[in-house]
Amino acid sequence: MKKLESSLLNMVLVLTGVAVIMGGILAFVNHLTEGPIADQKAKALADGIKSVMCVDDLQVANTDTVKQTDAKGKELVYVIYETKDAQGKDLGAAVESTTGGFGGNLKVLVGFNTEGQILGYTLLEHAETPGLGAKADKWFQKGEKGDIIGLTPAQPLTVSKDGGKVDAITASTITSRAFLLAVNNAYNAYKAAPIDAESGATKKSE
Amino acid sequence: MSKLIVSLSPHAHSRDSIERNMYGVIIALMPALLASFYFFGLGAVIVTATSVAACCFFEWAICKYILKRQQNTLLDGSAIITGLLLAFNVPSNLPIWIILIGALFAIGVAKFTFGGLGNNIFNPALVGRAALLVAFPAQMTTWPKIGQWDTYLDAETGATPLSIINSAIRMGDASLLEQLPSSFDLFLGSSSGGAGAMGEICALALLLGLAFMLYNRIITWHIPVSILGTAFVFSGLLHLANPVYPDPFTVLLTGGMMLGAIFMATDYVTSPMTPKGQLIYGVAIGFLTVVIRNWGAYPEGMSFAILIMNAFTPLINNYVKPKRFGEVSK
Amino acid sequence: MNAIQIIKNGIVKENPTFVLMLGMCPTLATTTSAANGMSMGLATMAVLICTNVVISCLKSVTPDKVRIPVFIVVIAAFVTLLQMVIKAYLPDVDASLGLFIPLIVVNCIILGRAEAFAAKNSPVASLFDGIGIGLGFTLGLTLLGMCRELLGSGSIFGFTLIPETYNILLFVLPPGAFITLGFLIAIVNKIRN
Repeated sequence: MKKLESSLLNMVLVLTGVAVIMGGILAFVNHLTEGPIADQKAKALADGIKSVMCVDDLQVANTDTVKQTDAKGKELVYVIYETKDAQGKDLGAAVESTTGGFGGNLKVLVGFNTEGQILGYTLLEHAETPGLGAKADKWFQKGEKGDIIGLTPAQPLTVSKDGGKVDAITASTITSRAFLLAVNNAYNAYKAAPIDAESGATKKSE
Repeated sequence: MSKLIVSLSPHAHSRDSIERNMYGVIIALMPALLASFYFFGLGAVIVTATSVAACCFFEWAICKYILKRQQNTLLDGSAIITGLLLAFNVPSNLPIWIILIGALFAIGVAKFTFGGLGNNIFNPALVGRAALLVAFPAQMTTWPKIGQWDTYLDAETGATPLSIINSAIRMGDASLLEQLPSSFDLFLGSSSGGAGAMGEICALALLLGLAFMLYNRIITWHIPVSILGTAFVFSGLLHLANPVYPDPFTVLLTGGMMLGAIFMATDYVTSPMTPKGQLIYGVAIGFLTVVIRNWGAYPEGMSFAILIMNAFTPLINNYVKPKRFGEVSK
Repeated sequence: MNAIQIIKNGIVKENPTFVLMLGMCPTLATTTSAANGMSMGLATMAVLICTNVVISCLKSVTPDKVRIPVFIVVIAAFVTLLQMVIKAYLPDVDASLGLFIPLIVVNCIILGRAEAFAAKNSPVASLFDGIGIGLGFTLGLTLLGMCRELLGSGSIFGFTLIPETYNILLFVLPPGAFITLGFLIAIVNKIRN
């Protein structure tokens, strides 16, 4: 069969035709997968919150987004998920916090009880070196070398090299510092009032 | 009557040969080797012996079994130098199996994949060190303290002068620099000199090696002097601008600065051929080293600076050509 | 050429990883483990089969001067489609490869096969070419992933063989990808000749 001639009309018609058909297929598949994708996201988040709060039976009562401006004028965004158990009792909150790690953004979800003690944490997103900084997902957990569970970052947590009491990950001081900063920031965002009083930079919005 | 032998030029030979130069470098390395034995004892002996033996073995085995060459290059001395320099660049409490991997990288990957001595782009010992640093960052960044005679794997570790400098710069706290050993201790090497790699704790021994090599014309002054001079001037300016950056004497005497400038950057194969090219190369290494040390993620920048400039060597050779004999100057 | 020949051609004679050396970005970036390499290979294969067939069907109605835009529209559509399916039903794969799936659009294997094979052959032959080249790519990536995972993390497909102390981290990092690929290409070429 002979090929279609490359006349302007042919080219426009074929390109438009292909684009429209492909667009249609995409729209259809998007419609099919939209639900499952949203479910997956919600499930991943709910699992994360449950694991950092160390409770299976909870519900997110309220979601807050807190924006702060740091010393360099960069805007930092924290998402606070206030949680209640089945009886409606306050459990504390899971706070999403981002800092710059060694390889890129380091996004952690930290669970605090109502007194501000750390219940648990999980790394949501990171680009740390595998085998080094990437060990942060286990290193600071309960019973591990850099255990931070149960501590209250009212005094900012720092690594022992900087005079603090948390052991840094072997050969990954930068990641450890970034991680602890993220935890400290999360605490400050959760206990928003004191920050507000100090710097006046906190802006709360729904 | 004696037979008339007709042969092609050249007819006059100097005593210069690969072997003479290589063994000259090995002799020049001896003071530093003895110093490292003195300061690190058992660990230094084990690490050096393993490294040299492994490099020689890989050189011999690859030549014989993989490349199937007629002439084995084991005895030209270059593998021994690579082994010694690799040992000088690692902590003296490094397990044997890690040294074997480093030697395999140095000889197998950096040297023979390019065709052996004379064809490698990068300094083999430095490639071995860089590979180990990336592969085993934990082991390669914990350094044994100076002055432990009878320890190997269980040696007590401590902070190197460079890591003190690194945290001072990161935290912007010049008072941390007071923990640094004195320049005198760094120069002679001493147990109060903190911790470090085997070949970098005694500047005096390295300078003796330099004097020997210059006297015997194994290397010329251009590369070491331009590296050390540039690093001195650049870090001096930084120190004047902000005292959180260490003073230039400390910069020259800490870490692999001396070792790199004298023994690693001057490797014949991977450095430029003309004096002018060598000056360009040396200035760039000195500058890059200070930049990496002060603003990079790693406390030491010497080895990376040399590897980067190794890559530029063919380009420098291409642009800095001596005038041909008889050519009219333009 | 019959079907078996076409498939064999894709795996051995024109292996995209070791012979054609196409699609090096995903080859180097995603092969940190055998499972990751295999997922990337299979994802690329799925796209390649679909685009090869569709482009081959469209070849008689595609004017020459706009063939590249048409190919790219088709490829981009299938990649987006695959990404949505993976996000919806394979969240684990999405977590480890999510960033690299959209990059299949610019993978030169896909455009290369569209131009070199699908635009000249029947849809059935193109289907087999997609399978062959796709399998070749998957094999290459899985092999590379296996070597890097074994040396770097001491395991194959997550099954631990070497204790953690003896892992050579270098091989999981980008320089390890280049070194391993270089040696694998050398070995494969040695065997082929």
